Amino acid sequence: MSNSMVSAKSPSKGLAKRKKTIVLLSMLAPGAIWLVLLRYLPMFGIVIAFQKFTIYTKAPTLLNNIIHSKWVGFKNFEFLFATSDSWNMIRNTVGYNALWIVLGTVIAVAFAIMLSLITKKFVAKTYQTLMFFPYFLSWVVASYFLMAFLDPTYGLISHLQKQAGMEVTQWYFINKPWPIILTIAYLWKNIGYSTVLYLAAITGIDSSQYEAASIDGASKWQQIRYITIPHLKPMIIILFIMSVGRIINSDFGLFYQVPKNSGPLFPTTQVMDTYVYRAFMATNNPGMSTAASLLQNVVGFFCVLTANSIVRKIDEESSLF
Amino acid sequence: MKSDTVKFVLAKRKSRMNSIGLPAEVVINIILGLFCLLCVVPFIFVVIISFSAEDSIREIGYSFRPIKWSLEAYKFAFTSNKGIWRSYFNSFFITILGTALSVLICVLYSYPLFRKDFKYRKFFTFFCFFTMLFGGGLVPTYYVSKNILGLNDNYAALIVPALFNPFNIIVMRTFFQSSVPTELIEAAAIDGSGEYNTLFKIIVPIAKPGIATIALLNALAYWNEWYLAMLYIRTEELYPLQYLLMRSQQNIDFLTRNATMLGSEIAKIVNDLPQQNLRMALAVLIVVPIAFAYPFFQRFIISGLTVGSVKG
Repeated sequence: MSNSMVSAKSPSKGLAKRKKTIVLLSMLAPGAIWLVLLRYLPMFGIVIAFQKFTIYTKAPTLLNNIIHSKWVGFKNFEFLFATSDSWNMIRNTVGYNALWIVLGTVIAVAFAIMLSLITKKFVAKTYQTLMFFPYFLSWVVASYFLMAFLDPTYGLISHLQKQAGMEVTQWYFINKPWPIILTIAYLWKNIGYSTVLYLAAITGIDSSQYEAASIDGASKWQQIRYITIPHLKPMIIILFIMSVGRIINSDFGLFYQVPKNSGPLFPTTQVMDTYVYRAFMATNNPGMSTAASLLQNVVGFFCVLTANSIVRKIDEESSLF
Repeated sequence: MKSDTVKFVLAKRKSRMNSIGLPAEVVINIILGLFCLLCVVPFIFVVIISFSAEDSIREIGYSFRPIKWSLEAYKFAFTSNKGIWRSYFNSFFITILGTALSVLICVLYSYPLFRKDFKYRKFFTFFCFFTMLFGGGLVPTYYVSKNILGLNDNYAALIVPALFNPFNIIVMRTFFQSSVPTELIEAAAIDGSGEYNTLFKIIVPIAKPGIATIALLNALAYWNEWYLAMLYIRTEELYPLQYLLMRSQQNIDFLTRNATMLGSEIAKIVNDLPQQNLRMALAVLIVVPIAFAYPFFQRFIISGLTVGSVKG
């Protein structure tokens, strides 16, 4: 008797459970379909990296193109490393990232601490509002801002040079200033964002710690040194490692729009992402482009995994997965 | 009375301990003030250029103090240039539709990931996050989008590729975790509330700040979008504002670079090319909606980033 009751109850419970799972799956469906079509399906296209990709003119569907293209093994990768351009762009990618991770962290932490020290709160709020603003603008707009100063015909700097009887600098043709210009552009757009992040962390510190410290006679500088910075340390380390994990990726817009896609500037402005785009769209070489992005993907993958496992060791809660 | 003096002395001592002293504060204000100037002066400069008379620009270049002010750029933009209106409409259309759809998809995807009793939770979490680590790259994605999915020279090409963002899923899920008590879902289920009903009637109202954050982040991304247009759009009628701005610069750059090769005819045309101020006015028109929405952005995005940064 009791046996039959249990068996009568559990199928309906199982049914309800299954129904719940199906309903929840239906919620996931739109996102999951998007992921399949726009992220997982293209992964099969990686084979193009090992092909001399040509359009099969009789019936130029993607599948036909891939089937009828010639397999070339690792030729695309060999070509990629045969030129000095590729070493150049790898140097640029890693170099800029390394410099900017350090500069970005140091400046943002310094700014956040400074903001927290300002006694008039509305002044601090105003600073925060102003420095966060560029984060919301696109690189297209930012490139116009820069051009207003550097344009050889009308730019402010060019005009001042003319007035002073100096030769006008052709900013978009000479490489030397671009590492500095790009660095300024990067910091200009991103410092506000990271400053806000660190400031939020500082605001979260229990104020009784500062009170206790000041009663014990600690100066404000000592409080920063022994309370604020130690509290920020985990966040600094995690953000630092996460950006190291993305050291092979760069902000395409910054390197494409800000130098106005100017050919003579490639030695200092070409990075992996712009190379992938240009090899495909400008030089029409899908094989090379895919090879470069595959290389970027694989290296990036291991960088992120390594970074993540280091974060896990420091603070498991903060790791990505 | 004595205790009053003691209090006063203590307060004085405390305030001295807790402030950094006047010179230090002055230095801080100078550093931050200069950086803030650097952040906004370029925008102000571009606004000034957009209000400068074309003659003035020809004469002294872009300047903070133009010889003559003028509204001609804006007049021209709003009266005789259909392309700008069209692009303005495109940008608004893409931003509104794209934001609505992407927020819906994001909420629907992150909610089951937040449900601890969902059987395939681990799998779909991985399914989403893996795409942050590895992908097909530009060429395969481009070909699949264009040849298989038909994302080619249409509005869909500007909306669909940006509909889903794994990072937003992290932020949204974290928001659910920090604001929705599990008991609430259990209670709703006992009361016979269906899953969709629970999500939209009970959970969504609680998670409103999180949803607002995601919505604003997505709106910003759609408004600032030019990359997708560069990849998939050929027809001028479909240009979003950002791409229109980018193209107008590219056209002028092209002519300028090749002016010497093409001879004096072209050089003259380049010189007469209109509307330095018009292009700057276009840049200003792109920034204005962002500036208006900025207070909301600041409030919600800061709260969202803080939550998001706690995890990932």
